[in-house]
Amino acid sequence: MARRSAPLLRRLLSPSPAPSPTSSSPLAGAVSRRTVTYMPRPGDGAPRRVTLIPGDGIGPLVTGAVRQVMEAMHAPVYFETYEVHGDMPTVPAEVLESIRRNKVCLKGGLATPVGGGVSSLNVQLRKELDLYASLVNCFNLPGLPTRHDNVDIVVIRENTEGEYSGLEHEVVPGVVESLKVITKFCSERIAKYAFEYAYLNNRKKVTAVHKANIMKLADGLFLESCREVAKKYPGIQYNEIIVDNCCMQLVSKPEQFDVMYNVLCLANLCGNQSTMVTPNLYGNLVANVAAGIAGGAGVMPGGNAGQDHAVFEQGASAGNVGNEKVVAQKKANPVALLLSSAMMLRHLQFPSFADRLETAVKRVIAEGKYRTKDLGGTSTTQEVTDAVIAKLE
Amino acid sequence: MARRSAPLLRRLVSSAPPAPLPGHGGGARRTVTYMPRPGDGTPRAITLIPGDGIGPLVTGAVRQVMEAMHAPVYFETYDVHGDMPAVPPAVVESIRRNKVCIKGGLATPVGGGVSSLNMQLRKELDLYASLVHCSNMPGLPTRHQDVDIVVIRENTEGEYSGLEHEVVPGVVESLKVRRLSLLFVVPEKKILSVQLYVLFRLSFKAAILVHVITKFCSERIAKYAFEYAYLNNRKKVTAVHKANIMKLADGLFLESCREVASKYPGIQYNEIIVDNCCMQLVAKPEQFDVMVTPNLYGNLVANTAAGIVGGTGVMPGGNVGQDHAVFEQGASAGNVGNENIVEQQKANPVALLLSSAMMLRHLQFPSFADRLETAVKRVIAEGQFRTKDLGGTSTTQEVTDAVIANLD
Repeated sequence: MARRSAPLLRRLLSPSPAPSPTSSSPLAGAVSRRTVTYMPRPGDGAPRRVTLIPGDGIGPLVTGAVRQVMEAMHAPVYFETYEVHGDMPTVPAEVLESIRRNKVCLKGGLATPVGGGVSSLNVQLRKELDLYASLVNCFNLPGLPTRHDNVDIVVIRENTEGEYSGLEHEVVPGVVESLKVITKFCSERIAKYAFEYAYLNNRKKVTAVHKANIMKLADGLFLESCREVAKKYPGIQYNEIIVDNCCMQLVSKPEQFDVMYNVLCLANLCGNQSTMVTPNLYGNLVANVAAGIAGGAGVMPGGNAGQDHAVFEQGASAGNVGNEKVVAQKKANPVALLLSSAMMLRHLQFPSFADRLETAVKRVIAEGKYRTKDLGGTSTTQEVTDAVIAKLE
Repeated sequence: MARRSAPLLRRLVSSAPPAPLPGHGGGARRTVTYMPRPGDGTPRAITLIPGDGIGPLVTGAVRQVMEAMHAPVYFETYDVHGDMPAVPPAVVESIRRNKVCIKGGLATPVGGGVSSLNMQLRKELDLYASLVHCSNMPGLPTRHQDVDIVVIRENTEGEYSGLEHEVVPGVVESLKVRRLSLLFVVPEKKILSVQLYVLFRLSFKAAILVHVITKFCSERIAKYAFEYAYLNNRKKVTAVHKANIMKLADGLFLESCREVASKYPGIQYNEIIVDNCCMQLVAKPEQFDVMVTPNLYGNLVANTAAGIVGGTGVMPGGNVGQDHAVFEQGASAGNVGNENIVEQQKANPVALLLSSAMMLRHLQFPSFADRLETAVKRVIAEGQFRTKDLGGTSTTQEVTDAVIANLD
């Protein structure tokens, strides 16, 4: 018994790949084609207009990749391109008008100059269009080895207030005050959006990330709004976690999280002086940590949603437009923006095209032959794009 | 080692996970990167018509499953029976308001007098496309494999135009049995040809059925079929016809299809005569993808296709028009079963459950639609709870409970 049981035990304990009739690679079985019984309304196939903002740095590279893939799929979208650069004083009015008309926009990052004077155009865009929810979906891609498995986190982050309210002033020389504002109105609507997202996407748990032990009033207000909304969704578990513990748990046991949402930190409303001038925003941090453990900012899709409009961009670190070396060598990772454009297709109600795109991208990553530098490979953006187009069916 | 490994082995073997469903990524939950608009989760009102015969049984099953899923839909129920003279205006108004309806079948009395209420509903709401999705269900053995056919059928004209009349004795004798082709133009519908079939009966009376094909209706059903193929990543559209005999009528239909096909260069288009089509369906069904047909052929082809992959008890379908959609059992929607089945409560709810999944996807609740479809497919794959038409002995309620238990 002893001699025969050891190999048997070993076989049972080692993970066995699911048998896949559709492809030879064991990992591709997880991304086989799905039959959607989708009965469209007549006229659903009419092409939709989408605003496209290439942006700075790697932006034009990766948006070019999306454009090529959309053409190859014959997707019913066509792009209205607008040139916007991070050093412009404001987002041009015609761009805003175009997004208001088309309701959907896809953009590369806009580089924000460090230092005083010019405010970030990314943030400006979100405020103008009131895109109050920012969403990043961080999940393990099959075939991409990471230190953590079974990661599937969606970070929903309030986009319009908190530390990004942009209210800074110098009281006296040498003293700067930065106001971080939390309102019940914004907290409530982001809580509603997060619970509705969990409900519509069959998610079981929502975690509020806060620092209310320290910022009792502000984050306390935020938590109050979350608890109220949580009561209306009895089927969804709700819990709260302090942001520092959250970051630690993310890097040690990320599978306990499902949907997380949070607000940005602030100085309290009483106007006390604060010597913090910091970009330490819970949402920004948590999204980046989650993206990092699941494969990096180069692969995670995301977007910003408001009542009427939606802007899709690279999930985490949307303001990070890469350094000149990456741009010169054309080795930017297009996967994040491709998956975001798949989200966009699903938002526009073209589920079949979204499925095709996601399947093709996941197959390319699973195969492992065409990967850019951040995933450990040596391919260029164009090679990855061609591989995705080749895998479209 | 031997003493300790036996219980360990036993535990590992007994707790082995169930075999994954093929085509579902190992049965794992699909991560849908779906970013809803705020407010997308508000519940939608849907008209529900239980109908006759097995209708109330299967619509009750749908209702239970929707509640178990906490789906964002609520039903407005209306009682309609096949022997009513017309569909009550309250029902039609409700469907116009809600835009979506789910119904069981309405029994149509055979013989003259009362026209089918199913048909009436489709005409009132101008639901010009009827869609049936016939595909092999994993775990359900059939004589054919790899079948995935969608039959799109024109719903409002053709042989079902309902224009029948009886000629008095004496007039018949002068006509004999021959085809008459009359050419005339009617401005509002641009009819180009009408062909009369004269049917003789031994009592020397005759009944004439006017079979109308218009360019307007043929064009819109062809447009719908190609758009469906485009949006669902289908590669081929086949037009089913009998234009070698009915040269003008089906010729007009084919012309419309060819015109629309030229606008979709990425989709293959071919034509097949209906008799050959029926034979090919039962010999080599894997060659078909999307089929577009006029009314009568559509009924036959849809039922044949449904039959080869498991029967009308499992195939989902619906009727769609410009503004409204009515979901019902895919094929043979008018077949409400016999009293035996109703008494024993052994009707198959799978068809209507899958149709309600189509409805959820039509209402843009993809996650709920996925859950429902996955649960239903698991139940069928397991094979423990199957109704009589699939070879089992379960009742409707047992199948419904199994689906609810399999929801995740």
